[in-house]
Amino acid sequence: MFDDFFIRALVAGIGVALVTGPLGCFVVWRRLSYFGDTLAHSALLGVTLAFTMEFNIAISVFIISSLIALTLIQLQKRTNLPGDALLGLLAHSSLAVGLVVIGFLTFIRFDIMGLLFGDILAVTVDDLLIIWIGGAIILLILKLIWKPLFASTVNYELAEAEGLNPDRAKAIFTILMAAIIAISIKMVGLLLITGMLIIPAAMARNISTSPQKMVVYSIIGGLLSVILGLFSSLEFNTSSGPSIITAAFLLFIISLFRIKQTIKLKN
Amino acid sequence: MSSNQNILVKLKDAGFKINDKWLVQGVSFQVEKGKIVTLIGPNGSGKSTTAKIALGIYKKIEGAVEKFTNKVGYVPQKISIDWTLPLRVNDFMVLTENLKSETIDEALSLTGVIHLKDKNLGDLSGGEFQRVLLARAISKKPDLLVLDEPVQGVDFTGEIALYELIKKISDELNCGILLISHDLHTVMSATDHVVCLNGHVCCSGSPIDVAKNNEYKALFGEQASQILSRYEHKHDHIHTNEGKIKKN
Repeated sequence: MFDDFFIRALVAGIGVALVTGPLGCFVVWRRLSYFGDTLAHSALLGVTLAFTMEFNIAISVFIISSLIALTLIQLQKRTNLPGDALLGLLAHSSLAVGLVVIGFLTFIRFDIMGLLFGDILAVTVDDLLIIWIGGAIILLILKLIWKPLFASTVNYELAEAEGLNPDRAKAIFTILMAAIIAISIKMVGLLLITGMLIIPAAMARNISTSPQKMVVYSIIGGLLSVILGLFSSLEFNTSSGPSIITAAFLLFIISLFRIKQTIKLKN
Repeated sequence: MSSNQNILVKLKDAGFKINDKWLVQGVSFQVEKGKIVTLIGPNGSGKSTTAKIALGIYKKIEGAVEKFTNKVGYVPQKISIDWTLPLRVNDFMVLTENLKSETIDEALSLTGVIHLKDKNLGDLSGGEFQRVLLARAISKKPDLLVLDEPVQGVDFTGEIALYELIKKISDELNCGILLISHDLHTVMSATDHVVCLNGHVCCSGSPIDVAKNNEYKALFGEQASQILSRYEHKHDHIHTNEGKIKKN
């Protein structure tokens, strides 16, 4: 019925959506969307590194993104620049350096469009293993740090005062962000990964009344986006990333009507 | 002085500064089981800072702070909650510890806000939210309660009822309470130990001792001194080591 590559892409996309759902909620709650962008842009450096050293892409992206996150924390401590300026600095510098390095690597043929926007044809069985095993580990760790992470998202001082160690939870969450970017880069592409994190979560916010519901709706929204996006990508021969994100955006628009309804009910 | 096992948190010459400006320094006191310690002082005197030192929120401090329990309930003076979170009162109650439904109901009933359980936290009034904050802090039956102006924005009758509740909780749970309040009337009648702050410890001791202190009079005025001493006759009981009340 479908080609193997399409089934692989579908399985990969479903795996990605299951993880970006809950993680995306935290990105929205903690206002980390630009932080996610920065990590994603730095992933290009990780990809070039993987190609030059003939290394696994996901692992090398994970390492580079984690390093960028650590650099950011150091810069925040040592400079007086505001956080968003530092994020912009790191995002564009690492993207630029990545592109310059690609320019030097003339002996390797890069599919830059695929890197930036995702390429379903490129998903291999190895990638599936990385997505599903990596994804399961990310979700497990997120479940373990849920309480301190969520409590400190609501109020840092309450979490700290009542002995939950929010700093550790925050550091672990940063690593999880680097990990989700590493495993989803082939599917969604590095320019659009943050969209996959934020848009389903934003859609879920419009229709949920509790944090748990928001996580569930965010996962469902992500899954629908992947399925709709991939089918239309196949149908219209468009890149997988933009197709998935467009589907997510359509779901977001639909969720806006639900808000109107609830506001009406209140009055 | 009671035995060391009763000490919940102990500050010794504690201080905290931001950018070389001291918010508070040289603070020493301890909170024991079943005792209420109150911090008083004018605005900017370092009361909330002292509470945060005691709680371990501020880490780079001068002096020493020792906390002997991790079962802490905290009602902060200011709390900024981001409304991008869909959060009901019920979700907020289990923020730092999972609790049984009955425990949550009991705490919310005690502070008179059980009817708000399924409401969105963002839709509450200031006074209602304050009652939820207090309910959350007491619901986990902590060893140490740190209450930073716990009744701000609560209506007058509610204020008295909540202070009575705080006193009752201190006796029932045998927990120690570190209280910050501006209301000299209500607080002093129930407090075991008063620490008067103004960037440093002005004076400390029982409410009566503090009321007689000249530095206290200079800080709050003669009238405030009379408020305190008026409660002298009300102290018809003492607190034993077990935190029980013993009539004189």
